[in-house]
Amino acid sequence: MHIDIEIDKDLCVGAGQCALAAPNVFTQDDDGYSTLIPGMEDGGGDPMVREAARACPVSAIKVTETEAETAS
Amino acid sequence: MTELTDLTGAGGPADPTEPADPVRFPQSRTCPFHPPTGYDPLRDRRPLARVTLFDGRQVWLVTGHTTARALLVDPRLSTDRTRPGFPAPTARFAAIQDRRRAALLGVDDPEHRTQRRMMIPSFTVRRAGELRPDIQRIVDGRLDAMIAQGPPAELVSAFALPVPSMVICSLLGVPYADHEFFEEQSRRLLRGPEAADTLAARDRLEAYLGDLIDRKRAAPEPGDGILDDLVHQQLRDGTIDRAELISLAVILLVAGHETTANMISLGTYTLLQHPDRLAELRADPALLPAAVEELMRMLSIADGLLRLATEDIEVDGITIRAGDGVAFSTSVINRDASVYPEPDTLDWHRPARHHIAFGFGIHQCLGQNLARAELEIALGSLFERLPGLALAAPPEEIPFKPGDTIQGMLELPVTW
Repeated sequence: MHIDIEIDKDLCVGAGQCALAAPNVFTQDDDGYSTLIPGMEDGGGDPMVREAARACPVSAIKVTETEAETAS
Repeated sequence: MTELTDLTGAGGPADPTEPADPVRFPQSRTCPFHPPTGYDPLRDRRPLARVTLFDGRQVWLVTGHTTARALLVDPRLSTDRTRPGFPAPTARFAAIQDRRRAALLGVDDPEHRTQRRMMIPSFTVRRAGELRPDIQRIVDGRLDAMIAQGPPAELVSAFALPVPSMVICSLLGVPYADHEFFEEQSRRLLRGPEAADTLAARDRLEAYLGDLIDRKRAAPEPGDGILDDLVHQQLRDGTIDRAELISLAVILLVAGHETTANMISLGTYTLLQHPDRLAELRADPALLPAAVEELMRMLSIADGLLRLATEDIEVDGITIRAGDGVAFSTSVINRDASVYPEPDTLDWHRPARHHIAFGFGIHQCLGQNLARAELEIALGSLFERLPGLALAAPPEEIPFKPGDTIQGMLELPVTW
């Protein structure tokens, strides 16, 4: 399984709940918006990625699973 | 710092023998850390119930956790109190809510988004972490003063209020020397007995902050507070006008100290009333972040959010009609047993996350990361420095706030 994380910055309100729930994967950029820590675009196997998506107050984070062979 | 509740108390508890009648909303708590006993019938009516406001108007009360999360993100629910038909929790708010709109919590998108985006860089998780040494210094200073003075003490005025007040002053660039003035006006704004009192308090706060903003604008060198940044950037480049900046400043100042002060005072009272949980926390300070989340869930101090449906909304097989009022009792929602088993029990080991004590949706508390840092440091240091801390009055005699405002202790006499 390959994990794909999408952050919709138009929705993001900078609450920081993703960075609180999964600080190894998410952080906030200088404008306060959610962003992925470089190298963690696939979630790095962190089990808290889904918790982070669920904690987002505006559902700005989408986590999708794709088959392993599509991962490069 | 949560989204402000502008709910004002109405009436006593509903008659429990008549559960079919809509329960009055809002009501005062009987125990400061539990939802009003008058809401007991509502806890079996999830996810939505009907409640009656002070003026006899019936509105929806959201009681289910999943439904609350769905509705709080729904753009068809407006928070703009100047809209005709916006529900009023009390006569006092009915008299004032059609005047000016409060920044952030009183505006819908897209206007809200513009305001929020100006603020979020100052309230990130990282920024809250950077402020921890300053918060610790402020907390230590207040505790040093309490210890020097010796027991007993009144904890609200000696600790719970000054700590967040000093933190928000430093962050915004407001002189703490003026704290007696703005604390008193904030108290009147949130809990003034009459509409005139609330309006006068808001006028005084706006005049004070308008004057401060003008002085910052005239200053040759900008200071390092958030207000200084807003004056020298957004005000100068026209992203925001003076009236909007003043409205933002009022919200940040009031929400920045009142709410956290209430969590510190009520959190302390609650811990002292749960000696086993307190002992567990003292034995393992690593539990502190989880304890703060669980206290937030349990205490739900902003226990009433109001919205107006602008279109029909289908939810859980029920139609909320355009023009209907919708209220959220955060204390009832945060005790939904389908999400939090044994919801009335304080438990540091449960996952308390996903509570809606800070609200949910676009208006979720801007200052929540700062609030968490303040609460962890304030409660952690208080019980570490004063290991013998105890209530200095019978617990049932200690006064707490009525259901018309953010919940917390009015006074907290302690000894150690």
